Amino acid sequence: MNERLLPLLATIAIFIAAYAVCYWQYPMILSTRVIGNLLTDNAFIGIAAVGMTFVILSGGIDLSVGSVIAFSGVFIAVLLRDTGMPVFAVFAMLLAITTLFGAAMGATVHYLEMPPFIVTLAGMFLARGMAYVLSIDSVPIDNEVMSSLQRLRWVVPGGGRLTFIGILMLVVFVAGMVIAHRTRFGLNVYALGGGTHTARLMGVPVARTTIAVYALSGFLAGLSGIVFAIYTSAGYSLATVGVELDAIAAVVIGGTLLSGGSGFVGGTLVGILIMGLIQTYIVFDGTLSSWWTKIAIGVLLLVFIALQRALVWLGDRRRGAGHASG
Amino acid sequence: MPEPTHGPEPLLHASALSKTFPGTRALERVDFSLRRGEVHALLGENGAGKSTLIKCLTGAYLRDGGDVRLEGRSIHPRNTLDAQRLGIGTVYQEVNLLANLSVAENLFLGHEPRRFGFVQSARRNRQAQELLAEYDLHIDVTRVLAGYSVAIQQIVAIARAVDLSGKVLILDEPTASLDQHEVDVLFATIRRLKERGLGIVFISHFLDQVFRISDRLTVLRNGRLIGCRDTASVDRVELVNMMLGRDLSEETRKTGKPPVATSDRPRIAFSHFGRRGQIEPFDLSLHRGEVIGMAGLLGSGRTETAEVIFGAKPADTGEAFKDGKPIRITSTRAAIAASFGFLPEDRKSDGIIGELSVRENITLALQARLGWSRPIPSQRQKAMADDFIRRLDIRTSDAEKPVGQLSGGNQQKVLLARWLATNPDFLILDEPTRGIDVGAHAEIIRLIEELCEAGMSLLVISSELEELVIYSHRVIVVRDRAHVAELIGDEITAERIVEAIAGDQPDHGKDETT
Repeated sequence: MNERLLPLLATIAIFIAAYAVCYWQYPMILSTRVIGNLLTDNAFIGIAAVGMTFVILSGGIDLSVGSVIAFSGVFIAVLLRDTGMPVFAVFAMLLAITTLFGAAMGATVHYLEMPPFIVTLAGMFLARGMAYVLSIDSVPIDNEVMSSLQRLRWVVPGGGRLTFIGILMLVVFVAGMVIAHRTRFGLNVYALGGGTHTARLMGVPVARTTIAVYALSGFLAGLSGIVFAIYTSAGYSLATVGVELDAIAAVVIGGTLLSGGSGFVGGTLVGILIMGLIQTYIVFDGTLSSWWTKIAIGVLLLVFIALQRALVWLGDRRRGAGHASG
Repeated sequence: MPEPTHGPEPLLHASALSKTFPGTRALERVDFSLRRGEVHALLGENGAGKSTLIKCLTGAYLRDGGDVRLEGRSIHPRNTLDAQRLGIGTVYQEVNLLANLSVAENLFLGHEPRRFGFVQSARRNRQAQELLAEYDLHIDVTRVLAGYSVAIQQIVAIARAVDLSGKVLILDEPTASLDQHEVDVLFATIRRLKERGLGIVFISHFLDQVFRISDRLTVLRNGRLIGCRDTASVDRVELVNMMLGRDLSEETRKTGKPPVATSDRPRIAFSHFGRRGQIEPFDLSLHRGEVIGMAGLLGSGRTETAEVIFGAKPADTGEAFKDGKPIRITSTRAAIAASFGFLPEDRKSDGIIGELSVRENITLALQARLGWSRPIPSQRQKAMADDFIRRLDIRTSDAEKPVGQLSGGNQQKVLLARWLATNPDFLILDEPTRGIDVGAHAEIIRLIEELCEAGMSLLVISSELEELVIYSHRVIVVRDRAHVAELIGDEITAERIVEAIAGDQPDHGKDETT
């Protein structure tokens, strides 16, 4: 039994148990319709959470995500309103900006040896500020391509709708898993999370990897912003406040160690689905305040942090015992 | 520089290697050579230059002078990775590998087998399995490294280093955290690599292990080469003499002081005091005005004894008494409350606070004992600081100068003043004369004698045997984490101390696990 899989298996078990409870009360919750909506509604946060997973695996944190998403929405809305640029050119420009923004934060973290918390906190204010500079008001998006992207969907048996953005999130998750576990970059990210000093001694390109991790998070935050713009058909500088914290919560509930070096991209998907499921349950119930979502997520987070501590502690104790008896 | 042409060409040859740091000559024209298929032990006390030599060989430091040749070619590694590519791999005591990655990931990090840019993990895991089989290690390579014992982690680290380098393997204190059985496993691995023709540098302060595994040994002291011998031709006493810097021809007639009158009850006594993994339980008692010297090699348990006594690593067995009454030393606070003082060996990391002034450093411990609710008036602080500056002859322009700007000897005196300010009954000094100049050295010794005359009880740890002989009433000798001998009065001579450190049994095993 591989101990690395334990937190992931715990997450999956909780998800299945939660789904079973929901199904027992509201059988409709297992319909493809609900599942389709679960994917669509959580698409933007899921994409951002993939980037966050990489950052946390490397031992860092990225607090700028929510602001970058808001900036992206406003950027798209304003450019589509004020210029005749084609939609995909706007997307490309935006992704280039957010990727560079992330890379710049990564470079600051590495070269100035600043804590990621502070650097990305600055990034958070900067991105939010840039969004305000572009527009204070909510800017509606009235664009043919954007609305067709919003309508793009496949109806599956049972009446469920798999939307373009829902599928895009799944594609991003699959790509994230491949990058994390099947490329040298991915292994280097895990190595960084295990200890920068040792990783450097073992030949990991620390500077390049750190910058790439934050660039990837910036890129995915931009992509998440595009999805959010498609989803809401508007750009608003006050939107998605605190989404980075939801993303961090999803990553941790997904079984990734907040101190870095251990976890799975796939776990984050389960984390996102658990959080979405709680929300769906509350909607089904109808009498509960939506704030119960936050309370449930808070409790889950505590449970997972305790679980991770316990696993680390058990590992230490077993090794200690093995050592003494050897 | 031309090499001596006799004998086979060495695998690695360093000649006249020098390295200077601000204020210290860490290596002075040191020669070192390593043959194929030999285990070469590198020995020396703290500050002897072992680690500087290793770091110059592996590119962690750039040498200031001299030449390093690998297979006859002059090499200039710029960093450890560079040295690794040239064929020199190093395994340190700690931080070699990433505990969060799997065994296979650790072995192949940075050179994984890939196809179309993607890592082939199945192939990598198979290769890892095969690689470790060469070391007789059959473990699940997909499990995280943290799940395995230190010994297995050590062998995985060696396997990686050999796989990447393949010519020279440097093992820096590889056995420090291993038990007897694990050491055997490691030694079997070393012998196998030796047969494959690798040159292995083995650094350890366990003399038994050095005698067991090494073919030749090189001793360094104070950055200089003391000698390079065939292990079979050296005995333990000779080796300890080489390490501690005594010339056998030099007859020291001096003996220690007569024992203090022991009719009265000891002021401080420890009975069966010890801590697992630190120091075997020991009995120790100190009288008023008595100086006990403690001798032993690096890592033998000297500092560990001090830390247990002072509560930095609280004892898990035994009792402590003060003036006949039992006391509990569960923390350094409790020790300070019991009127103990401890001047640690590494004053930079454990004692001195460089940014604070001389005055603040001196009053720190006294203030800690009074508690923060009773601040010492600044007038009194000033008077106290000035008093100690005068009494200990601390060379500083004034009491408000940051301690970091003082010389090593003066920093040491400030630390001493800190404890003297608390007026302790019992003071532990760990290597009080290390790294300070000759003048300050004599003053510290004079001070120790003064304090003892004033009635303080002292425990002084030192590698300078001549120095111990001068001021000790009794000398405790520590070896392999246990107190092994106590010398009193006439018995205290440098020769007797060396003999006790070397140990009488030639094949004394590490049997301290009880």
